Amino acid sequence: MIGVGAKPKQYSNVLDKPLSRGRQEVSLSAFAFLFSEMVQYNQTQVDNIAELERRLEAAGYAVGARVLELLCHRDKGNRRETRLLGILSFVHSTVWKVLFGKVADSLEKGTEHEDEYMISEKELLVNRFISIPKDMGSFNCGAFVAGIVKGVLDNAGFPAVVTAHFVPMEGQQRPRTTILIKFAEEVLRREARFS
Amino acid sequence: MAPLAPRSGDAVFANVERVNAELFTLTYGAIVRQLLTDLEEVEEVNKQLDQMGYNIGIRLIDEFLAKSNVSRCVDFKETCDVIAKVGFKMFLGVTATVSNWDAEGTSCSIILEDNPLVDFVELPDTCQGLNYCNILSGVIRGALEMVSMKTEITWVRDMLHGDDAYELRLKLLKQVPEEYPYKDDE
Repeated sequence: MIGVGAKPKQYSNVLDKPLSRGRQEVSLSAFAFLFSEMVQYNQTQVDNIAELERRLEAAGYAVGARVLELLCHRDKGNRRETRLLGILSFVHSTVWKVLFGKVADSLEKGTEHEDEYMISEKELLVNRFISIPKDMGSFNCGAFVAGIVKGVLDNAGFPAVVTAHFVPMEGQQRPRTTILIKFAEEVLRREARFS
Repeated sequence: MAPLAPRSGDAVFANVERVNAELFTLTYGAIVRQLLTDLEEVEEVNKQLDQMGYNIGIRLIDEFLAKSNVSRCVDFKETCDVIAKVGFKMFLGVTATVSNWDAEGTSCSIILEDNPLVDFVELPDTCQGLNYCNILSGVIRGALEMVSMKTEITWVRDMLHGDDAYELRLKLLKQVPEEYPYKDDE
């Protein structure tokens, strides 16, 4: 039994709690089980693939918004990026490292459009245990991660359309996942003013 | 061959692939929010979380048995110890304690002080009836059902409701005798 003196401190408000250092871990299977339940539940709520991706993206968005706030407090001394490349490398390095334990495989600028950037990952964590049935065609669970990226960017003041795609790779059995980021016009205009 | 010795939760946890608990916590939070938006009634959300946990439990037990080398438990007491010491550690990286046994040894409490599901969580006034961690009770119920134990699990204490720990009450309802779907000589 817990003695009266040793009773853990009660916090009336979640903001009064000290910010955790973020070193805690859970097993990958625990996350995989939970994620798969989320996908299955959302499948029961929709009648087409686009809608399913939209719902996963919405769930990811909520995660992204919180991750931005958390990391700005913990890792960046309450500052957030205001430049395009700054925020992109924040997503590619800091956010990826905290969430997935590694920096994303690559960050590239689109060759055809000025406003497009791509973050690619050979094996995205959320796609690891997922196989897509043929009749679901282009469905990609990476929509959840795209949502996280969108959540971070939107809330940092960089509105963008973010989508996840499979890109087949030569000599590899599984395609890689590319997160395509298309920034809103205003972002590019502001960026041009800065430089 | 001698049976393999059961492994401690710590040993298993040290050897499995792990992910940042914040990703897990925030993803769970996103699920709960989706359910609240879709179902509107807190009671319905509790039910759905329990159902999702149950679905996880019936799959998770396989991995648990494969990785922990735990064999058949002699009684419900041992079962609960294994859940608290090995199960929670192996999947969530936390240890729980078992206490408050009744005289018959058919019901007990599992107490959690650390709970990775609830970081950054505060229940708004409109959600006071929500058992935020209801997925956990579903997981245990589902997993135990796969090893022939029907249980009833209820939340007794919940730190999100202002208590000093998380307490789950486990009650063994029925031990289902194992029946093989086929006979030996068939």
